[in-house]
Amino acid sequence: MIVELREIAKSFGGVPALKGVDFDVRPGEVHALLGENGAGKSTLIRIMAGALAPDHGEVWVKGQRVRFGSPRDARQSGIATVYQELLLFPDLTVAENIFLGNAPRRRFGAVDWGTMRSQARELLGSLDTWELDVDARLGDLSVANRQRVEIAKALSQNPQVLIMDEPTASLAGADVERLMAVVRRLRERGVAIVYVSHRLSEIFELADRVTVLRDGARIATRAVKEVDEPALISMMVGRSIDQLFPKEETKPGPAALEVKNLSYRSVVRDVSFSVREGEILGIAGLVGAGRTELALTLFGITPATAGEIRVHGRPVTIDGPRRARDLGIAYVPEDRGLQGLIRVQTIRENVTLAILDHVSRGFIVNRGEEVRRAREAITRFGIRARGPEQLVRQLSGGNQQKVVLAKWLGTEPRILIMDEPTRGIDVGAKAEVHAIMSRLAQQGLAIVMISSELPEVLGMSDRVLVMNRGRVVGHFERASATPDAVGAAMTRAAPEREAS
Amino acid sequence: MELPARSVKRDRLARLASAYGQELVVLGAVLVLMAVVGTVNHRFLSDTNLNSVFSGNAYIAVAAIGMSMVIITGNIDVSVGALIGVLATIAGTLATRGYPVWLAWGVPLVVGMAVNAAVGVLVAYARIPAIVVTLGVLSILRGGLISATGGKWITDLPPAFRAAQARLFGVPSPVYVAAVLTVLAALWMRYSSLGRAIYAVGGNAEAARAAGIRTRAMVVFVFAVHGFFAGIASVLFATQLQVIQSTVPPNLELSIITASVIGGVSILGGTGTVIGSTLAALLFSEIASALIFLNVSAYWLRAVLGLLILGTVLADMARRRRKGRLAP
Repeated sequence: MIVELREIAKSFGGVPALKGVDFDVRPGEVHALLGENGAGKSTLIRIMAGALAPDHGEVWVKGQRVRFGSPRDARQSGIATVYQELLLFPDLTVAENIFLGNAPRRRFGAVDWGTMRSQARELLGSLDTWELDVDARLGDLSVANRQRVEIAKALSQNPQVLIMDEPTASLAGADVERLMAVVRRLRERGVAIVYVSHRLSEIFELADRVTVLRDGARIATRAVKEVDEPALISMMVGRSIDQLFPKEETKPGPAALEVKNLSYRSVVRDVSFSVREGEILGIAGLVGAGRTELALTLFGITPATAGEIRVHGRPVTIDGPRRARDLGIAYVPEDRGLQGLIRVQTIRENVTLAILDHVSRGFIVNRGEEVRRAREAITRFGIRARGPEQLVRQLSGGNQQKVVLAKWLGTEPRILIMDEPTRGIDVGAKAEVHAIMSRLAQQGLAIVMISSELPEVLGMSDRVLVMNRGRVVGHFERASATPDAVGAAMTRAAPEREAS
Repeated sequence: MELPARSVKRDRLARLASAYGQELVVLGAVLVLMAVVGTVNHRFLSDTNLNSVFSGNAYIAVAAIGMSMVIITGNIDVSVGALIGVLATIAGTLATRGYPVWLAWGVPLVVGMAVNAAVGVLVAYARIPAIVVTLGVLSILRGGLISATGGKWITDLPPAFRAAQARLFGVPSPVYVAAVLTVLAALWMRYSSLGRAIYAVGGNAEAARAAGIRTRAMVVFVFAVHGFFAGIASVLFATQLQVIQSTVPPNLELSIITASVIGGVSILGGTGTVIGSTLAALLFSEIASALIFLNVSAYWLRAVLGLLILGTVLADMARRRRKGRLAP
């Protein structure tokens, strides 16, 4: 037992986030921490990392009771943390980022640049990342490489405990594999690892033990060998989920959207495909493969620079989102906060944003109609909220996503583009969003779904398109879309050539 | 879900308090100050003084309506004081040269709209930050005005021109103008689809654009409306005294922005109402008057306003933090 938490309780403004949780981690093990959003995972790791002080309970490190006043105290006790949102400086070099605030010194306090660079190289090498240039500007690196830098930074102080908060949230395919290899390597070195993730498959591949939190309480701690996926899910959500991918058979109708040789600058190149009514077309690929760019082009946010688009057989030019909307296309964006929602507004205001003209009489918004639509959205999508007047920023991620969906389905689209429809939302909400998608397809909507989660792509799609460096490199029918085939197409000649 | 009637009522009150929190605070401050200073010195509540309190800052209130709209879209205008100076000079010059009164009153509205529409185009289409554009415009207008007038005051304004200050039922007409415009603008912002779109642009321009709102056209439109209100403000200002000074009150733009901010318009855009800024403008002139009645040097006014800004922002942050914690 290197770190042990006993009966930790913490509340924020009277709302309990943790209610007496026990947790421990041993040297040379990966202990996964699992739970839905709001279950208390972040609070627990922030207490372990010294960023929060518990209201009650004790923290023990190597048999000694400690009280961390700051993250610095925790680091000195050998506990390092890699947070989900990388805390790095884009204008500094890789080496500078790794040793920020902790640089090797010469006499009189001058930074010893030579030692710093060679130690940085060594650290990255120990993560099997020899090719990364320690003098590269951090801002020029890919997300995956930035994360390696963050891990190297955490390792620079030789921690005995490493906390990793959703390290694979923004990675896909080969980068996930590589990260897991790094975690295994660290475990072999005897580092104790606390691993937070939403992805159950990683937990089964990587973890030795798993602790499930729900509503601030510990539901169970088990050896991973003793549990299976349905068991973990029902522990997390407190009920059993029949099906994570409730895909229904549909009879596809005529083509709804046809794209021929579509290009946008050099990020979308010569893309051709078609989607039929009632069909779900999944688009797989690594981050940066051009999938989101394709969606933005289809929706007119970045209008196409070449190629043809046909909607229900009619050739069209989509020069802006307004035009796309009028053609019956809806877009549920990747980043809810950036393009999806107006967080300072209410559910009512967000739900009617794309159809203001429809819910207005003359210049005046028909409030009764708005409230009716908002209430309907709340029941139809099972949005958990106090009512139509609740501010959207007060909702959880899954419920925010349902508001985005409700907003776009209010436009009565015939073609729905969804970019990472379930990113960052918990398992229960995920299954609900999938069920909604399946229902919509049955009603005859053509759905284009972009996802970095292979199980989601394979579970929900009628056909799968694989993109790589802006091009379509693979095309699979549902029957032939196996994880191996699609995964291989995604990673073939992966576009990882930068800063080296 | 059925809730007992009492809790529904309380819920509605809570919602009112959270939607109009800052407006209610400012209204409370106006009333409390009136009661306190009125008790100390009864003449504070005399008709003459109340009239001057209410009408003295009417032009600031009117200009702050447009300013609030601009800030709600996530922009700012630091040139409005200089613009009001230019427009007032145009109005006065037209009046003294014998042009009809409707022209002297009307031209500033049109010119104000045109100037600010141009500002809006630079902000929305050339993508220059509003603070940079309006800083430039501020210099151009202020420098141009001094050069054109040579710093001379305009005097001998015809009585018909000053009819904008006429009284109705003993109350100066600027008070009516400010009140009516505030109510109309508030209703329009709250209930019209354009008003909703303006809040959306300030709340999240990208999401608004993705939802099919013409965000750039909206910004130009709001700046033009703001120019229109600046035109009205300039007429109220030009007719206030027997003379028009080519130097408007220094820092006029700051008073106007301050009114918006204290009235509850978030400087980050997306939230706030025009009711708050009008109440805040009223509060300023009330404080100025109160300082005189309490025999405090008028120079304290600026300092008091500064404290008010800081207090307001702190209160706002505290409120937000509390709300954030309540989030499920």
